[in-house]
Amino acid sequence: MRFDITVLTSQWPELLHGMGLTVLIWFAAVALGLVIGLAVAVVLLLGNRWLAAPLVAYVAVMRGTPFLIQLFVLYYGGPYFGLDLSPLTAGILGLAFYGGAYFSEIFRSGFLSVPPGQIEAARMMGISRLAIVRHIQLPQMLVIILPTLANMVVLLSKETAVLSVITVNELTSVVSSIGSTTFAFAETLLFLALVYWGFLEIITAAARRLERRVGRFTLRTSS
Amino acid sequence: MFDLAIVLKSVPMLLGAAVWTVVYSLSSVAIGFCIGTLVCAAGLSGSRIGRGFAAFYVSFFRGVPLLVQLLLSYYCLPLFGINVPSSVAAVGTLALCTGAYLAEILRGGFLGIPRGQIEAARMLGLSRPQILTRIEVPLAVRLTLPSLVNETTMMVKSSSLISVVGVLELTRLAQNIATSTFQPLEIYLTAGAIYFAINGVISAAGTLAERRFRAEGAG
Repeated sequence: MRFDITVLTSQWPELLHGMGLTVLIWFAAVALGLVIGLAVAVVLLLGNRWLAAPLVAYVAVMRGTPFLIQLFVLYYGGPYFGLDLSPLTAGILGLAFYGGAYFSEIFRSGFLSVPPGQIEAARMMGISRLAIVRHIQLPQMLVIILPTLANMVVLLSKETAVLSVITVNELTSVVSSIGSTTFAFAETLLFLALVYWGFLEIITAAARRLERRVGRFTLRTSS
Repeated sequence: MFDLAIVLKSVPMLLGAAVWTVVYSLSSVAIGFCIGTLVCAAGLSGSRIGRGFAAFYVSFFRGVPLLVQLLLSYYCLPLFGINVPSSVAAVGTLALCTGAYLAEILRGGFLGIPRGQIEAARMLGLSRPQILTRIEVPLAVRLTLPSLVNETTMMVKSSSLISVVGVLELTRLAQNIATSTFQPLEIYLTAGAIYFAINGVISAAGTLAERRFRAEGAG
């Protein structure tokens, strides 16, 4: 088996573009997903029964079905609702809604981790419900949920690879198309795996650092 | 317009393919469990090489997207002269991947086993493999059951990715029907509903098993 790395080096502008797009998709989906997740969690927390049922269903469906199928429904089924999305838009929206469901669960557990006594006290002082969420619950819970949240953010970066299936021109798509035109599968796919691996290691390390920084004032109960 | 007729017509075919989804995902979890146990045992062992290998293994299989792992095994195994059916390569890859996650889950379980249990087993003259399979694994499974069930449902979902390397299962068949009938919305929603039902059954079975373990007072 020959190993010819020039198939990759000669295509560096495309590779760079693919990497850029992967990171862009990741950022956009995480940002949007966090907004969706927080909104869902807050609405569920404030307990409007009519809004709660569809939101609970949304979270259950997103967590119970494959991301690939969700993507297919959005991208190929969207036109039936007049939702004619480009692959990139469909991909980002799909990933955001997928991640949003998981984020909402994380936020919800965070809200519940703030002692109820504090909320009662705040309510007695006449602070509005939304202000309690914003000023009392959010700042405290963010520290607690950060590790889980960071974990999910890291996980979403891997899911971006699935977008190649609906022809989004991100890293996996670029590299595998180089592979299938040059037949240099070993070089291209090994390179692809190494890039993702390196990237994941870096962002995981960054997440750990952030956790340590943010959590430096919290009391450690376990050993 | 939502076409109910096409849904009713495709459901039997999709259910047939769903059987493959269940077979592929459950067998990869079963194989992955053995891999995960071994990797976990290596990671917790005193051997430096064992620990290094376990860390490397978990880091690689959790650090590379499953889709990329699948492409790698699909295109690269033949280059090494390994010609296996794509379904075998795909299940193998799923198993290797879930093995890394299961190793991490089981780690918590193994660490939660009281030392006394293992010491007692050693006093009774059980060999190291015996202690692993008869004492440690059953106890670790009980301690980590919710996470194990969760990982199984994740694998059912992840198994949809093997459609990309041409293995016929639920997602692949749904794709085939969707492109031939031009009704992707109905077909993919139906496929999604089937996945949802499969995972519902698995979660319910998990809850049931948990309750039973707790009733036995070992959970």
